Amino acid sequence: MKCEDALKELIAYLDGRVNAAGRAKVESHLAGCAACRNRAEEMRKVSMLLGEVPAVEPSFGFDARVRQRVAAEPRQSWFWRLVPAPRPAFAVALLIALTVLVAKLPSNRAPAPPVATTSAQEQEEDFNAIKNLGVLENYDVLTKFDSLAETATPDSTQPEGKAQRGDESND
Amino acid sequence: MARTDVELMLDVKAGDDSSFDFLLQKYRSPLVNFLHRMVRDTATAEDLAQEVFLRVYRARKQYTPSAKFTTWLFRIATNLALNSVRDNRYAKLAVPLDAPVDEDAAPMELPAPVMRIDEHMIERDRTEFIRRAIASLPEKQRAAVLLHKYEEMDYGEIAKILDCSESALKSLLFRAYESLRVQLAPLVTQPVEQRAGEGRPS
Repeated sequence: MKCEDALKELIAYLDGRVNAAGRAKVESHLAGCAACRNRAEEMRKVSMLLGEVPAVEPSFGFDARVRQRVAAEPRQSWFWRLVPAPRPAFAVALLIALTVLVAKLPSNRAPAPPVATTSAQEQEEDFNAIKNLGVLENYDVLTKFDSLAETATPDSTQPEGKAQRGDESND
Repeated sequence: MARTDVELMLDVKAGDDSSFDFLLQKYRSPLVNFLHRMVRDTATAEDLAQEVFLRVYRARKQYTPSAKFTTWLFRIATNLALNSVRDNRYAKLAVPLDAPVDEDAAPMELPAPVMRIDEHMIERDRTEFIRRAIASLPEKQRAAVLLHKYEEMDYGEIAKILDCSESALKSLLFRAYESLRVQLAPLVTQPVEQRAGEGRPS
């Protein structure tokens, strides 16, 4: 082992923090190198000198001042206590959930949902109505086509219809 | 069974302020000592220690036990101390540009880099001499020595606190102890027998 390598391990060696193999290497070098041995002894003394410096104690009011500053910290409201940490991750998750929810809600512009299954009779009536739609929407036909009156069933509204048509024909 | 620091901190996170008080009682002295040796001023050291505890408290909700509690605690303390030392150094060196110029005034004196040991020993006692030797180290070397010697932390933990590799830390510590050996040479070269029973080898 070279002096440079031995010196690099010297502090750890003096601390007893090198493994058995490393310790044997350093000791082997120190046994054959008076300069490094002398350096190691001086380092040991430096460590002892540092141990002479007495510790200082915190002042009497130290704890009270820390507690006072901690007590002055803004407390969280009950709402924020319910919000789990980490808050940014929770906020992103909440945003994604809301986005998905809104996307799934039915829009006003969306087409009406298809009508449920209808009976065969209803489908037949609808078909007839659609088939004659052109005729029924033609006002001239409605006002002048007398045969429509014959097909109509006699009810309370018929006389008025007839009267109306009569008025119009007079015009 | 005593709770570990991590368990106490998790309790603080859950809203138990009495656990924070346990941590305060446990680490108030080590922190104040460490900071006092870093900044060499009692009032500043206590202010910084308060700030460390306050930052721990403020960060309680985000606390995750990914490292030893002491690593986190002393990392905060070291960063605050390094900032304080640097700010203070620049503040002392700053001379206002609009300060009145006194032609007859003596030039600003900077402390002599080397003082004779007898001057030191007359002016201050042995302990103060050692304190000054520690204080003369560059900040990062000083932090490394304090964490190593006084907090008795292992190399891995100190390396994490100082944000360097263990190999770099070994070099840093060797340079620091080498500087101290030179600075404390008058005491180091005293016969061992005179100081027998003092201090303790680490």
